[in-house]
Amino acid sequence: MLAFLVQRISQALLVMFVISVIAFAIQDGLGDPLQEMVGMSVSDEEREAIREELGLNDPFLVQYFRFAGNALQGDLGSSYFYGEPTLDVILEHLPATLELVIGASLIIVVFSVPIGVYAAIRPQAWLSKFFMGVSTVGISIPVFLTAIVLIQLFSIGVVVDWFPSDTGWGRWLNDLLTTEGGLPSYGRGDELTPLFGTWETGFLSSDGLAHLILPSVSLASIMLPLFIRLIRAEMMEVLQSDYIRYARAKGLSAGRINFLHALKNTMLPVITVGGVQIGIMVAYTILTETVFQWPGVGLMFLEAITRSDIPLIVAYLMVVGLIFVITNTVVDLVYGLVNPTVKLTGKKA
Amino acid sequence: MKKLLTAVVGSMALASAPLAVSAEANKELKMAFDSDPVTLDIHEQLSGGIMQLSHMTFDPLLRWTKDLGFEPRLAESWERIDDKTMRFKLREGVKFHSGNELTSADVKFTFDRLKQSQDYKAIFKPFSSINIIDDYTFELVTSEPYPLLLNTATYIFPMDSEFYSGKTEDGKDKSAIVKHGNSYASEHLSGTGPYVVTERQQGVRVEFERFDDYWDTESPGNVGKIVLTPIKENNTRVSALLSGGVDFIAPVPPTDLKRIKRDDNANLVTMSGTRIILFHMNQDRVEAFKNPKVREAITYAINQEGIAAKIMKGFATPAAQMSPAGYQGHNESLEPRFDVAKAQQLMKEAGYEDGFTITMMAPNNRYVNDDKIAQAVAAMLARINIKVDLKTLPKAQYWPEYDNRAADMMMIGWHADTEDSANFYEFLTFCPDEDTGAGQYNAGNYCNPEIDALVDKANVETDLDKRAAMLKEVEQRLYDDAAFVPLHWQDLAWASRKGVQIEPILNVMNFPYLGDLVVE
Repeated sequence: MLAFLVQRISQALLVMFVISVIAFAIQDGLGDPLQEMVGMSVSDEEREAIREELGLNDPFLVQYFRFAGNALQGDLGSSYFYGEPTLDVILEHLPATLELVIGASLIIVVFSVPIGVYAAIRPQAWLSKFFMGVSTVGISIPVFLTAIVLIQLFSIGVVVDWFPSDTGWGRWLNDLLTTEGGLPSYGRGDELTPLFGTWETGFLSSDGLAHLILPSVSLASIMLPLFIRLIRAEMMEVLQSDYIRYARAKGLSAGRINFLHALKNTMLPVITVGGVQIGIMVAYTILTETVFQWPGVGLMFLEAITRSDIPLIVAYLMVVGLIFVITNTVVDLVYGLVNPTVKLTGKKA
Repeated sequence: MKKLLTAVVGSMALASAPLAVSAEANKELKMAFDSDPVTLDIHEQLSGGIMQLSHMTFDPLLRWTKDLGFEPRLAESWERIDDKTMRFKLREGVKFHSGNELTSADVKFTFDRLKQSQDYKAIFKPFSSINIIDDYTFELVTSEPYPLLLNTATYIFPMDSEFYSGKTEDGKDKSAIVKHGNSYASEHLSGTGPYVVTERQQGVRVEFERFDDYWDTESPGNVGKIVLTPIKENNTRVSALLSGGVDFIAPVPPTDLKRIKRDDNANLVTMSGTRIILFHMNQDRVEAFKNPKVREAITYAINQEGIAAKIMKGFATPAAQMSPAGYQGHNESLEPRFDVAKAQQLMKEAGYEDGFTITMMAPNNRYVNDDKIAQAVAAMLARINIKVDLKTLPKAQYWPEYDNRAADMMMIGWHADTEDSANFYEFLTFCPDEDTGAGQYNAGNYCNPEIDALVDKANVETDLDKRAAMLKEVEQRLYDDAAFVPLHWQDLAWASRKGVQIEPILNVMNFPYLGDLVVE
């Protein structure tokens, strides 16, 4: 166990080192940070003076070693735009992103498990076919399109008058398709509850929850179909296995077989995939956060790129790299707990 | 005059709101702009966002009116003493947010600080000193006669000298202007303006509350609290307005103009702007561009009206010069000259009938539809056999390329900080000179010393009619010379919920005077 952790930590350090070198190497291609810092009519001399002050004129290696030296002491530099240490800026924005990911994960768990299991048990039912059809569509719609449609339907609202309103059925159809709107379409709202440090949560107020709905649903919309299909496929496979047939022969109730014995083994691969997907979801938040003006790290990163805020870009990439390594490590540990026959690498058999 | 178009659709939907007779400021306004102020130090950066903040939390000595005239604010009156001196009388009894009272010493403090600011020092270069006569009287002195003295004075937002002087607890100078990293002034603010900053989370929200002791008690403004949320994504900003999440948005993207006009609860205001979009033709890189006939052919080949109508969806005013209407140099007689046959004829005369190949660069996220405009221009040039190799880049990468003059034709948009024609010429058509900084953005390397001399002469001419005549002549000669390819002035657009009366407080400079905003 200890050897395993040591191995993972050294991997994490390697990953972060490689990321920092790459991020530093591409900084020339990211543009000139001064463009965002000074007005158009500032003279070249003034610009040169600021550049010198920021150390932007130094050779690549000098800049990198200065950065690496500070980084070893836990200082990842200061953002040009925010004027604060990059880690502080990221920590300020991280809670918003984590809450969005938590909201989306809850939606995924709550919907994917029952739907996946149902579709596996009753593959021929029309409802199963409906879910499978919808999930194919869902998986192929880009997240920003989902988000825009959701905003139009549930924030702005649509009035449908395609059907004759002088007939009963026409009115009924019009009413059915007309939406009220009213859900917040941007930001996290005003009523955030401070938890600890920079973490303010939206989960404890109705206003905060209302702001979470649309972004979480959009973010969940990419992963949910994937999980439904995964659970369904795994479950169907498990249902064919010998021990399930034996349990049936033994006369155990269908509920006990499906939800206790079969589901447990179905979840094994789902956990592995799920862990990796949560990491990927952090990356998907860039799109979702942009559309919903969600003040998280994704939006912050995108804006840092348009501003060529190089220290912030480098720090963000390193932090995301770290998150990936951590989630993978946790997934491996959990997997070992769920299925003791799996050996962790580095652990003696 | 300015083309002012206010679309008020379905005004009957307006409920009979109770008449707001009392000037009590108790309304709340939620607004979404494309960015929030990067700092609270108004001298740290000269940008649209900071100017908007300045007008909310400070007051200038005088400010622009809608028709580009001047309106006294903290300066009650002014008179010219001689060619180089203007005497200002300060309003008495004006209080800063800190409770300190405004005097001439604050103006001097501000003036000295502006001369230090990297972004402002160039604009204040013509000024040599400030003389304090008494607590409420001072004189601004320029080294040469300077016709733009009042234009420049609109940038003087007196700061609270007592508040911004001294040392912070950790021994830093409170008045320091720091470009990156935090300074006292970038986090603390005390102005004379209608609003006090009560909460600020960079990039997330800024909250303002009306200043109780605001001097302008005649202001009709009745907004007590403002919440500014930056929303960069165009679609999200428009959705926030249409869903009722915010009351006021700016800017409105051209693709959504119709959508807002159609909505019964929204109110759209558009104006012809003052930012000129143009292409430079680099004579250092392309031999053919040295020939005025070739340059003229290019201006004949480009259909400004078409670009404004099709690509900009009518959201631009086609241009044949740099000075927009209302500026001193605006020359009414200059019209866009689109005539492909004439262009082909000129190319033939110049001996380039078979054309040539050039490179072109444009940004793709700086101006409205910048990349599409560049594509259209490239296609239009193909008709006179000029083959264009076009590259569009995000602005962060584009400007370094621009500084290197990396392509034969490069796009730029320019807004004159002084709201005056001469500023265009100084930066865009003056003979480039690294020592003086003239022609800093002249990526065409066009150089005509006679025109430069004429502009210099106009810059010391304090008789405004004579000066206007000179600037108009400059515009005419640049046109005849086809010094650059003018495209259009980008329009401005704002939108609000019905009942938020934004129209009277908006102007072409895009500094909404929010202190005077009336909400029903």
